[in-house]
Amino acid sequence: MERIFTMPEAMKPEQTLYCPGCGHGIAHRLVAELVDEFGIRDRTIGIAPVGCSVFADKYWNFDVISAAHGRAPAVATGMKRGRPESFVICYQGDGDLAAIGTAETIHAANRGEHFVTVFVNNAIYGMTGGQMAPTTLVGQKSMTCQLGRDPAIMGYPIRVCELLKDLPGVAFMARGSVDSPKNVLKTKKYLKKAYSNVLEGKGYSFVEIVSPCPTNWGMTPVKALEWLRENMLEHYELGVFRDCDAEA
Amino acid sequence: MSEKVLMKGNEAIGEAAVQAGCQCYFGYPITPQNELTAYMSKRMLEEGRVFIQSESEIAAINMCFGAAAVGVRTMTSSSGPGISLKQEGISYIAGAELPVFYANVMRGGPGLGNIAPSQADYFQCTRGGGHGDYRVIVYAPSDVQEQYDYTMLSFDIADKYRMPVMLATDGILGQMMEPLVLHKYKDPGDLPSKESWRLGDPATQEPIWITSVRLGDGELEEHNFKLQKKYEEIAEKEVRFEETALNDADIVIVAYGTSARVAKSVMEMALADGIKVGLLRPITLWPFPEKRIREIAEKVDNILTVEMSLGQMWEDVRLAACGACRVHLHGRTAGGVPEETAIVDQIKTILSSKGDEIIRNF
Repeated sequence: MERIFTMPEAMKPEQTLYCPGCGHGIAHRLVAELVDEFGIRDRTIGIAPVGCSVFADKYWNFDVISAAHGRAPAVATGMKRGRPESFVICYQGDGDLAAIGTAETIHAANRGEHFVTVFVNNAIYGMTGGQMAPTTLVGQKSMTCQLGRDPAIMGYPIRVCELLKDLPGVAFMARGSVDSPKNVLKTKKYLKKAYSNVLEGKGYSFVEIVSPCPTNWGMTPVKALEWLRENMLEHYELGVFRDCDAEA
Repeated sequence: MSEKVLMKGNEAIGEAAVQAGCQCYFGYPITPQNELTAYMSKRMLEEGRVFIQSESEIAAINMCFGAAAVGVRTMTSSSGPGISLKQEGISYIAGAELPVFYANVMRGGPGLGNIAPSQADYFQCTRGGGHGDYRVIVYAPSDVQEQYDYTMLSFDIADKYRMPVMLATDGILGQMMEPLVLHKYKDPGDLPSKESWRLGDPATQEPIWITSVRLGDGELEEHNFKLQKKYEEIAEKEVRFEETALNDADIVIVAYGTSARVAKSVMEMALADGIKVGLLRPITLWPFPEKRIREIAEKVDNILTVEMSLGQMWEDVRLAACGACRVHLHGRTAGGVPEETAIVDQIKTILSSKGDEIIRNF
């Protein structure tokens, strides 16, 4: 019988500890599948950020470094500059990338650092128990905005792609989602473009993945996907925001 | 080949790093260490190596974390306020056991303080500086040549023990010019290979994980005990100090860096008045030469700590002396530099005082 679906070599045969319905498992797998498809596992370094994906090393079957909260782009910069032949995947959540690590994110993008950033946006702090993220939607409730996010007090949800896309160092920038098989495949296509850009030395490549967090949203996995489609995709428009090849 | 040149201390640190094979320099502007970053911006690119003026001190130390993790020699430099910002990263580097060199060209604090020379980061330097149970090795040079020499040594020691190593200097030593012998770097030849643990190397068979997070039951304690064992080995083997005229001394000064230079003038001045002053100059601030100080404390009646801070090193000297003699303090702060005449006067007061009286002058 022909085997048509297997665990990628770049994934360890482990069951993830993520909550039911979490998007990290899919995002991890997409990252790993592409590492295999490009045949770069032996020189790939992933970054496990602070947040739920701090244990990415347990799932990815390639070298991993744990960065301090928000500092992943600086660590990625040091690794890629120190060992230019390495392939660096800077995997970050919304609190990590768009709150505590905003400066590192903007400046790595602006320098056009040659690594891939995978930005998992689930509009909440997962690991610490569901606090308001920089990407929490207006009106969305969380542990630290229990009455719903009020922009007059708490500001607005940041659209990171829209914020970064015009920096000249950015070679590719897109936003996908893991809410449906169709969007998972589209997200993989974006990631593939990001990988090939970096491998071809075209520059900083960034893929945002809109992702569900049923536990901290207080929903069932199915309900969380519905909520994501109805609310998050309204504010976080999917698509390609920057493509240096298309411009050329 | 050794060339003799006239060079600023900050630049000497940079050139020593280049000679020692530093592949990646990451820095952020702050006075009084700017000559170092400026020097590296040219020299590193001339050598085809990496120089980045980072977006912050925090980013710079985390770039060092990344570069060290892929196995290349790397450094950053700053001064007090910037070193404070780097402490998070230094703690992670210590926890992950990576070799990183950094220089602190100390200025006056607390807060933004001023840009005048100081030794007021002594506590921060010698107590690890960031969060958690860890240490960093701290070299305290007292001239431009030593800034060059101990920068080179720092890279070796960082690689040997896989940990952060710091050069603690100050605004005077960093900015003054002195003759310097630019001797070539010599690889000690016995440094451990990085091949088994560096990231991104296709030659390693199993995936490598570099981290400072250890959440398993007892895992972090076990790791910290391992670090502690390493620190104990360092405390045994790596203590460095210089001693001058300790035999028959009426009083011994303990001072490092710029303060030790002042102390050497004090020795001459006091001798003219018939007072024999000895000097113990710690070159490593951690590990501290506590055994030697204890031996001295058992032979003399008085030790005087001279420092450009208000009793920070004095605490360590008193701990080392452990009540065996009186330990006095001459401290200046925030750009104040100890003056020879004031110290000689204090020495005369000390020698004419009786009982357990501790003479503090600040």
